[in-house]
Amino acid sequence: MADAAPVISASTKALDGRLPRLGAALRYVRRNPSLGIGMVLLLALALFTGLGRLVYDVSTAVPLSAPPGAAPGPGLIFGSDPQGRDLMSVMILGTWLTIRTGLIAGAIGIAFGSALGLISGYIGGRTDAIITWMIDVLLTVPAILFLVMIAAVVQTGLSSIGMALVVAALAWRRPARQVRSQMLVLRSAGYVEMAKLSGEGPLCIVFLEIVPNLMPFLVSSFVTAVSAAILASVGLEAMGLGPQNEPTLGMTIFWMMEFSAFLRGMWWWILPPVTILIILFVGLYLVNAGLDELSNPRLRRRA
Amino acid sequence: MVLAVVWAAGTLNFFIPRMAPKNPIAEKLTQMAGTSGVDPTKIQEMSEAFNAKFGLDRPLWQQYFSYLGDMAQFDFGYSITKYPVRVADLIAAALPWTLGLMISTTLIAFVLGTLLGAAAGWNRDSRILQILSPLIMVFSAIPFYLLGLVLIYFLAAKAGWFPISGGHGIVSIPEWSWEFGREVLHHAVLPSLSIIIASIGTWAIGMRGMMVSVQGEDYMTFAEAKGLKPWRLFLRYGMRNALLPQATALALYFGQVVTGAVLVEIVFSYPGLGSLLLDSIKLFDFPTIYGIVFILTLTVALSMLAIDLIYPLLDPRVRVGGRNG
Repeated sequence: MADAAPVISASTKALDGRLPRLGAALRYVRRNPSLGIGMVLLLALALFTGLGRLVYDVSTAVPLSAPPGAAPGPGLIFGSDPQGRDLMSVMILGTWLTIRTGLIAGAIGIAFGSALGLISGYIGGRTDAIITWMIDVLLTVPAILFLVMIAAVVQTGLSSIGMALVVAALAWRRPARQVRSQMLVLRSAGYVEMAKLSGEGPLCIVFLEIVPNLMPFLVSSFVTAVSAAILASVGLEAMGLGPQNEPTLGMTIFWMMEFSAFLRGMWWWILPPVTILIILFVGLYLVNAGLDELSNPRLRRRA
Repeated sequence: MVLAVVWAAGTLNFFIPRMAPKNPIAEKLTQMAGTSGVDPTKIQEMSEAFNAKFGLDRPLWQQYFSYLGDMAQFDFGYSITKYPVRVADLIAAALPWTLGLMISTTLIAFVLGTLLGAAAGWNRDSRILQILSPLIMVFSAIPFYLLGLVLIYFLAAKAGWFPISGGHGIVSIPEWSWEFGREVLHHAVLPSLSIIIASIGTWAIGMRGMMVSVQGEDYMTFAEAKGLKPWRLFLRYGMRNALLPQATALALYFGQVVTGAVLVEIVFSYPGLGSLLLDSIKLFDFPTIYGIVFILTLTVALSMLAIDLIYPLLDPRVRVGGRNG
């Protein structure tokens, strides 16, 4: 509480919704450590996979390109697995593939979900009740079980893009529910009434008046959706239901369990994918918590 | 609502696997032919005979209705891959493991997390709590099974304190004895620990938020002014009111726990429904998949119902108004 007073000008700037300049942004991040730490973690992963591809020869992520089951040493930073994949290149490529899966599925989920939520919330009445009820029913059904079945059905020849689409099939439920409830609040806001009175059409109202006000909210639910999509895709892959020929992080975990890396003591096969995934999830979580704090000032400085 | 959830689950459950381009019977027969040297030309003939036996040759809508009827009676038919065994028996063997793991870990995590969150929200000057709670919340972002892998690596493979996988020793036969019970507990430590550590944070976050807002209520100020003991304030005034949303969250959280527990079981090769599900998916054993998904969904639906029924005990205000929704 004590340090809130001196920086109040920076915080009001950020609050106004105007883009704060870099200096102000940095000052804000210092007061919102979870956003800062989360960003740093995600940036580190982005650098790892982005720079890694430029610096490191990633064509060795396929079987038979390195001595099988070698421990880390000169030339092989993370060692190799029993099929002879260079695990350093697997990690570099896998991090990107896994993040991409999350981004695609998250984007589809948000787009479809918020469209449904906007429609449902704007129309209201019986349509809204039916849509909401359906979403509620689907939300209680454990998602992974159905993703497992979908993935098992299309299993043969699944690519990592296909994986993203499978995960997207259920990624829209939560955004739809959240956008709808936000919509209900905003629908009766003064400026919406105003726009209605001045004769704007429903599409115009939704996209020009309401959506801009939902933006901070949408950004934060996008982060949640990406995180959930990565969670689902890695979970499916760890069960062996992922792209068999692509070195994603989840598939690495599957192979590692399938070839009992624990019993063989191959720590270099176990720890890197698990560590990268943990950094990824914690980073997304912290960024999300930070965004919450940014868009909802009441949460600020509660501890 | 509960019925709708079960019906939706059953229907999705019926149609998704049927879109698969593979025929489970032919798959299984080819596999058997490979090991026992049956003439491959006979497979076509045999698979038709089996299709008729399992009712897979009837029109889809007939299959659908007889399926719904069977579900209502918990009759899931026979497993295709382990033919003479009934799916219900397979599930009955695996279910206690899964339920035991899920219920005990959820309750432990709920109690610990709620207490921790309440303490952190109440006592905002305590150093230890203020350092501990963000740490635990960060853990809540990590999926159960990843934590499980880390635990396996450090505590089982490295330190050798716990077994790497399984629900009991390989050679021992399940029975009601001290020896076996001890073994089961020993095997359950790591799977439970990975679920508990990762889910405490979820409860702590919610509880801390509620506790902070409850503290701002007028009745708290009044109770304090009356000179009640801090302990009584904490339990009867703070905890009691902050607990209500937690109980609602518990019902919604169960679905997530099912998901998490399935993966944890796979990571630990724990002999529950998760491992059974994995095996049946690999072999396209439709009846077993249906059965497991149906039972797990039913578990979630029933736990929601249970919370609905317990809720009036916690919150006297909903008792009078009768049911709404």
